[in-house]
Amino acid sequence: MSDQLALLPGYLAAHLQLTLVALFLGTAVSLPLGIWVTRHPRAEAVVLGLAGMIQTIPSLALLAVMVPLLALASAASVRAFGVDIPSIGYLPAIIGLTLYSVLPILRNTVTGIRGVDPAIIEAARGVGMTAREQLRIVELPLALPVIVAGIRTATVWVVGIATLSTPVGAASLGNYIFSGLQTRNLAAVLIGCVAAAALALGLDGLVRMLEIGVRTRRRAIVYGAVGMLAALSLATAATVVRDWVGASARPVTIGAKTFTEQYILSEILAEEIGRTTARPTRIVSSLGSTVAFDALVSGALDLYVDYTGTIWATIMKRRDVPPDPAIVLAEVSRYLTDTHGITMVGALGFENAYALAMRDEAAGRLGITTISDLAAHAPNLVMAGDYEFFSRPEWTRLADTYGLRFRDRRSMDASLMYAAVASAQVDVISAFSTDGRIAALGLTVLTDDRHVIPPYDAVLLASARLAREAPDVLAALRPLAGRIGADTMRHLNAEVDQQGASPHAVAEGFLARPGERPTLSPAP
Amino acid sequence: MLRLVALRKRFGATVVVDGLDLTVDRGERVVLLGGSGSGKTTTLKMVNRLIEPDGGRVEIDGTDAATLAPHELRRRIGYCFQQVGLFPHLTVGENVAITPRLLEWEPARIAARIDELLDLVELPPTEFRDRLPASLSGGQQQRVGVARALAAAPSLVLLDEPFGALDPLTRDRLQQSFLAIARRLALTAIFVTHDMLEALLIGDRIAVMRDGRLEQIGTPAELLTHPASEYVRTLLATPFQQIERVRRATAPDGTP
Repeated sequence: MSDQLALLPGYLAAHLQLTLVALFLGTAVSLPLGIWVTRHPRAEAVVLGLAGMIQTIPSLALLAVMVPLLALASAASVRAFGVDIPSIGYLPAIIGLTLYSVLPILRNTVTGIRGVDPAIIEAARGVGMTAREQLRIVELPLALPVIVAGIRTATVWVVGIATLSTPVGAASLGNYIFSGLQTRNLAAVLIGCVAAAALALGLDGLVRMLEIGVRTRRRAIVYGAVGMLAALSLATAATVVRDWVGASARPVTIGAKTFTEQYILSEILAEEIGRTTARPTRIVSSLGSTVAFDALVSGALDLYVDYTGTIWATIMKRRDVPPDPAIVLAEVSRYLTDTHGITMVGALGFENAYALAMRDEAAGRLGITTISDLAAHAPNLVMAGDYEFFSRPEWTRLADTYGLRFRDRRSMDASLMYAAVASAQVDVISAFSTDGRIAALGLTVLTDDRHVIPPYDAVLLASARLAREAPDVLAALRPLAGRIGADTMRHLNAEVDQQGASPHAVAEGFLARPGERPTLSPAP
Repeated sequence: MLRLVALRKRFGATVVVDGLDLTVDRGERVVLLGGSGSGKTTTLKMVNRLIEPDGGRVEIDGTDAATLAPHELRRRIGYCFQQVGLFPHLTVGENVAITPRLLEWEPARIAARIDELLDLVELPPTEFRDRLPASLSGGQQQRVGVARALAAAPSLVLLDEPFGALDPLTRDRLQQSFLAIARRLALTAIFVTHDMLEALLIGDRIAVMRDGRLEQIGTPAELLTHPASEYVRTLLATPFQQIERVRRATAPDGTP
């Protein structure tokens, strides 16, 4: 708990900064746009419709889609100006959050100005106001409560949605929630939720205070609210400036996807780089699968661990499954180098395959040992998969090849999936073969008897930029190749998932163990 | 002082004002009288260009109103209408001060002017200056409306049924007040109403409008004694007939 609380100031500052910047930009866009719309009624349907459409995009998707879009923009910008745009982290989060804040502020600005009594508008014109004076002296002050209500709505939304900045690589209170859920650290989840809620209430209160001050013309209240907002902005700005100044040596940026193993591996990489090269590192955790890959291609990420089968099926869109994992490894490596300039530093030594698992008891009772056996019983069973699983090509191939038709399919958080199958709330889950919980919970992994699932050797990937600019980092990490066997990985995962150790502590423990120096298995 | 020449306005297919000519002399109060849809309000609003004419022109002291920026024109013309339209977020004093403020008068001059006008409309400044419009009665609000219209000492005042929404007692008091103020300041004013008695009380001359045209213009006495048409005759006879009917209905039994 206390080590979690130690992270609070950093996450809170990052969260606050995302929120304030997005709200500031959102207001700066929406207020003039709303005013413009009231002057051009024919544009209203189009503008409000567009803003409404943005709102209907699920917030996580809106943020995540910024990553590939920015990667495209970055590629174009590099070609045109030689300047690249970061495609993960702060920028996609800010753009997504700003877009999200537009609708409530825009709509309330239009409603507020439209709502001014026509007699008052006639009076404003009659006494000789110009359009600008009419807006400043009459319409905006009278619309203010409605506009502020819109800003307050946006504030509460943005504080909540900013927790989703974590998967696109921007630190926020969402780090607590995402990593907490993955590593079964409910205290972390709770801290994240409570802090986000408190932040939402606090900011909402400040905006309301500002409005009351303006409306009742009480200077003390206005100055108080403005002062507090300014202090918050300055405090967060200070952390940003410090990051920039401190980042004269660009940290090696290490990505981690959204599950325990990835957190541990990213910590191991960071620790190892720190020990052997003394370069600063930065971990961007809880990234979506394709977000991480796109970020590596664009150079926004320097390093992360992926799995050959994932790249084979999802990126290369290969449907065949060669009998020998080494062939897949070699072809993936060649593809990454030739197509994206990515270096495969090495295979870590274990495979983490997608597998279908069910309770030992149920499998035994129904006589299921292979996926072919499962297909016959599937119509009576419920299957749960992680967020990605049912949209991955592997699932399509499994379902098609074996004719899997379940009674019901549910997507849920990977960490909840295990609890669900253990308590018989679902019958089959998409498991990771290295997950310590398979053994701990008494689960049977079903044999892929028709060889549909490709091999998933864990491979360390490095961006073209890192290979070019920091070959010492690659050299430092090569010895990790082949050093982490499947048993080791399962054990490390269990330390986090079942014993509640932090990924950082587990990584330190792993590197401190003398462990036989690995027999090098250099990248093919 | 004010000349309307062949003024014309149509809304869609409907011609609302159809070639209207009218001259108002300095210090004169002209009442535009007519039923709903006669074009009197449209005519009034074309004077300060709240409505832009389709044809003809408005001359103020020899200047074509169309050559001025609308907001500059309006700052020189007082405007007061039935819904009053006080700015609810501004105090009574600030409402009155609005046009002087737009004209960038000195603050001290504005402050003095506020008190002068509130006195004029019989709202003691110390009591009313800092109150918000919502705390005033309808009659008090329209007094503020009149004060606001007069604030920048306009050469011309336009009033569009200013007392139409008030109860009879309040209306009577405000009519008397307005008449006293108008005489004292020698206001040049156009006053729109459909109320015959109000027209007879307030107008130096009455312009009777019908279907967007001027039916007749003249002093109340001229209109009563020499109506130009059957319409004008009926219109002016109506209130007197009503009074007569009321008198008869309330008289003791049998006596005429």
